[in-house]
Amino acid sequence: MTLNVQPNLPDPDGFYERLVALHRGLDADQSAVVNARLILLLANHIGDPAVLDRALALARDPATHRGDAAAAG
Amino acid sequence: MLNTYQFPTFPYVQSEEQRTGQRVRKPVIVVGAGPVGLTAALDCAHHGLPVVVLDDNDTVSVGSRAVCYAKRALEIWDRLGCAGPMVDKGVVWKIGKVFRDERLVYQFDLLPEPGHKRPAFINLQQYHLEETLIGRAAALGNRIDLRWKHRVVGIAPAADHVLLEVETPDGVFPIEADWVIACDGARSGLREALGLPFEGQAFQDRFLIADVVMQADFPAERWFWFDPPFHRNQSVLLHMQADNVWRIDFQLGWDADPEEEKTPERVIPRLKRMLGADTPFDLEWVSVYQFACRQLDDFRHGRVLFAGDAAHQVSPFGARGANSGVQDTDNLVWKLKLVLDGHAPDALLDSYSTERVAAARDNLRTSTRSTDFITPKTAASRAFRDATLDLAEHLPFARTLVNSGRLSRPTPYRDSPLNTPDADADAFADAMAPGTNCADAPVTRDGTAGWLLDALGDRFVALHFLGDDGAAPASDGLADADIPVTTVTVGRRGGDLVDAEGLAHARYDAAAGTTYLIRPDQYVAARWRTFDPARIAAARDRAVART
Ligand SMILES: Cc1cc2nc3c(=O)[nH]c(=O)nc-3n(C[C@H](O)[C@H](O)[C@H](O)COP(=O)(O)OP(=O)(O)OC[C@H]3O[C@@H](n4cnc5c(N)ncnc54)[C@H](O)[C@@H]3O)c2cc1C
Repeated sequence: MTLNVQPNLPDPDGFYERLVALHRGLDADQSAVVNARLILLLANHIGDPAVLDRALALARDPATHRGDAAAAG
Repeated sequence: MLNTYQFPTFPYVQSEEQRTGQRVRKPVIVVGAGPVGLTAALDCAHHGLPVVVLDDNDTVSVGSRAVCYAKRALEIWDRLGCAGPMVDKGVVWKIGKVFRDERLVYQFDLLPEPGHKRPAFINLQQYHLEETLIGRAAALGNRIDLRWKHRVVGIAPAADHVLLEVETPDGVFPIEADWVIACDGARSGLREALGLPFEGQAFQDRFLIADVVMQADFPAERWFWFDPPFHRNQSVLLHMQADNVWRIDFQLGWDADPEEEKTPERVIPRLKRMLGADTPFDLEWVSVYQFACRQLDDFRHGRVLFAGDAAHQVSPFGARGANSGVQDTDNLVWKLKLVLDGHAPDALLDSYSTERVAAARDNLRTSTRSTDFITPKTAASRAFRDATLDLAEHLPFARTLVNSGRLSRPTPYRDSPLNTPDADADAFADAMAPGTNCADAPVTRDGTAGWLLDALGDRFVALHFLGDDGAAPASDGLADADIPVTTVTVGRRGGDLVDAEGLAHARYDAAAGTTYLIRPDQYVAARWRTFDPARIAAARDRAVART
């Protein structure tokens, strides 16, 4: 599996709204903790080390994205 | 300030009933001659309803207001005979570009396919739009009684009519109406007088809206910047309008002083930073706005029907104000006509509220999401926004999350009680399901190239597809019923409409025999794989709330 960087969310705006709403009423530290939990949950669901490593690299530096689009078709 | 536009002054004329002191009752009174009230009046005239329009002013909209009009609004104005001059005068566009700093993050195309009469969008100053609508009303002669300098100052609903108190330069007089369409804008006095709550939220941000006259070589596209070098940490929006006037919105933040920011001493340097010191320009108008999203829970209050900004106010990202307002009256007027003629029960007007309240909720939700992206309310929200932009420059998926405004599209009435759901046996693609506005397509009528929507008009139509070799069906008196249904056939080679390119068949997922029942507002009420007059009549009855 390669990391899918093509649009894959059925309702991007709806997801984004819920993501932001998740943080309503939290201070900066609490938000960081919630985000960390969320990342761990999603990472466990994905599982595949190759996909996760690619995501880790792109999160750190999105500009290193070259071949993913071609690989994903 | 420079004026490219000469504001017309429409004459005040004292009415007969005020002069004689005789109280009269009119079938329909529209309050407010903004884009929505004027469109309501034109629709009444088209349906043969005599209509009076009362407006407290005597000219068109002053200041920086609506710019972008969407395909669906243009189709409605086409039905009412006035989209042509708007499109001719306006700037046609469909491409939006989003920049971060100076880099293009992504672009969208609002109408990637050909084969539609009207474009995705035009840009046109609101004063030009209103002048076109007023011109159209004048061309209809005495079918529309448009009264300037008539301010409604009181309203008293009764069981079988509504009493309005109207103030003119000659004093106050009463007038009665069977039905009132309240189009008196976001600060609606009628809404207030009836004590109706108008709930929602105001966004903690301010925007400088400037109309600038210049010769510039920006393309006819919507350009939106996050954090550009000429306006750091804020957003900027640019639109081309008619007559070399450009609309520029600068996000200012909540702490900005609205009075101070409007002064030329503040505005001109801002524009120079954006346009370069060498670009000559003049200011036509400058205002500072705070935006809000709120709406009524019910657009119908007995015999008073609210439409446009009086019923719902949206932040302008997405151009959903006037565009949705004219869809209100598009939905309302044919229903009002059937009720006034005694062909449909009063309950049909409840469906106006059901359908358009749902559409307003959709518009408010969408424009709230855009405004939240542009003006993040919390640090976490801002972090996600910036992360989205970081990723969007490089990764396609993140571009779908960037939200600088989702531009107005008609909301389908998928759950409307007026729809007849598809039968299981009639398998159909989802696109044109009951409750959807009709897609346009190029067709030939009587040997002349034309458009499907023009052939539908504003009546019930049974749109029957012939495929390659189908025959016209026997319509069994549908055309002579009290609410007539006109059969219009579409064939690849023959029929009332010839679909030589096959686009109508493709867009309606049609094969020989496929039949759509289309409402007078050009929405799908029902569809089948065969032509069955009894089912068509039943679906028509359901679409007018008489079953
Ligand atoms: C900065 C900005 C940008 C916008 N951009 C867009 C855009 O691109 N596209 C879009 O579709 N929309 C846009 N809008 C929204 C658009 O301007 C409104 O949605 C539209 O004007 C609403 O029309 P209306 O007829 O309902 O109300 P209004 O235009 O407010 O008209 C109400 C009319 O009623 C009259 N009136 C009020 N009270 C009374 C009374 N008591 N008696 C008699 N007459 C009365 C007023 O004089 C006025 O003529 C924008 C708005 C702003 C502020």
